[in-house]
Amino acid sequence: LSICSRTVEPLEYYRRFLKENCRPDGRELGEFRTTTVNIGKCLCSITTADGSALVKLGNTTVICGVKAELAAPAVDSANKGYIVPNVELPSLCAERFRSGPPGEEAQAASQFIADVIENSQMIVKEDLCIANGKLAWVLYCDIICLDYDGNLLDASVFALLAALKNVQLPLVTINEETGLSEVNLKQKNPLIIRKHPVATSFAIFDDTLLIVDPTAEEEDLATGTVTIVTDEEGRLCSVHKPGGSPLTGAKLQDCITRAITRHKEIKKLIDKVIKSITPK
Amino acid sequence: GCAGVLERSREQLLRQTCEAVLLGVLHPRTAISLVLQVLSDAGSLLSCCLNAACMALLDAGLPLTALFCGVTCALQPDGSILLDPTARQEQEARAILTFAIASSEKKVLMATTKGSCSVEEMQQCLAAAQRAADTIFQFYRDSVCRRYSKS
Repeated sequence: LSICSRTVEPLEYYRRFLKENCRPDGRELGEFRTTTVNIGKCLCSITTADGSALVKLGNTTVICGVKAELAAPAVDSANKGYIVPNVELPSLCAERFRSGPPGEEAQAASQFIADVIENSQMIVKEDLCIANGKLAWVLYCDIICLDYDGNLLDASVFALLAALKNVQLPLVTINEETGLSEVNLKQKNPLIIRKHPVATSFAIFDDTLLIVDPTAEEEDLATGTVTIVTDEEGRLCSVHKPGGSPLTGAKLQDCITRAITRHKEIKKLIDKVIKSITPK
Repeated sequence: GCAGVLERSREQLLRQTCEAVLLGVLHPRTAISLVLQVLSDAGSLLSCCLNAACMALLDAGLPLTALFCGVTCALQPDGSILLDPTARQEQEARAILTFAIASSEKKVLMATTKGSCSVEEMQQCLAAAQRAADTIFQFYRDSVCRRYSKS
């Protein structure tokens, strides 16, 4: 009887759980799913990328690969490199996505990631410049969702952060005589990551209840979503509430407080993982 | 030029804001298409789009649960809050926050930020935006009165 109710009346089914302050998968309203991250060539197995990470948030699986290439900087910003994020939602991750040009969700997610990088200043573009006006790094960050079970933005931001922490850039010098660049693959330096932004997403139910880390089913039933991105100093890098049910300032403040707590958990996780893969 | 990722992102923000206030159940099997053409951009573009969208929905006579208005706040380097910044002021600001405020209880319908700010600054901007929303809703009322008093 309960299985029929879930498919026939999903909202009523959910409301029964929400009344008891829990969710069908057994989590509380403020509880996150198990978060795991695999970084680097050995664990993540993208051997061709300069940096890679695989993040699992419950069933949602997102992989991020970072490739560094050389290019001439733009004329109006001669001392800046480029960071180009791209989020892809291939048809294998969920039946709602079809193959073809990127849909609105993928494009909006790409824009969101680009905004997070810019707002948080996690990578300062000036750090990517090798020679003013002549040569700079371009970091292509490809974020691909392998399994979509809700909360894409949190997983993508985390995967991006983990992959960037893993990137090792070879030393590049410009030969004075020939004017050509010389890449020294033996000498590699890690990327300078100034800030560590972490995203926390909430789904709004029936205009009042806020649940953290929604699954795909919960996102479909929700009347709105909010994503808060904070950095380690407790500063807000992004408040992303694309329409949906209206929220009071106090409810928004609750979300921000929860996001700051989540940031500490994720930062500890990432530090632990980085430490475990660094050769001693 | 060609519609890019930024336009898609803005479309998503506008669409979901409108969907939250439109009573779609009263118009089944209907598509409501909202087309916004930017004639000139002198700053605060997103909130201008939001205001235009709301007034267009009003003019179309569509049933709405609440009115909404867009307010852009710029946090200047010295910490002061500037509402409805020009393009120049936006460039100099260290953070720009755009809110869509609903007319019922001044709740936040949409929020998007550019640049980073502290939590207190965000709350101050939100409070300023909610106060400014009154002026915009008054403008809506005056415009609608003017329109229907002529004919």
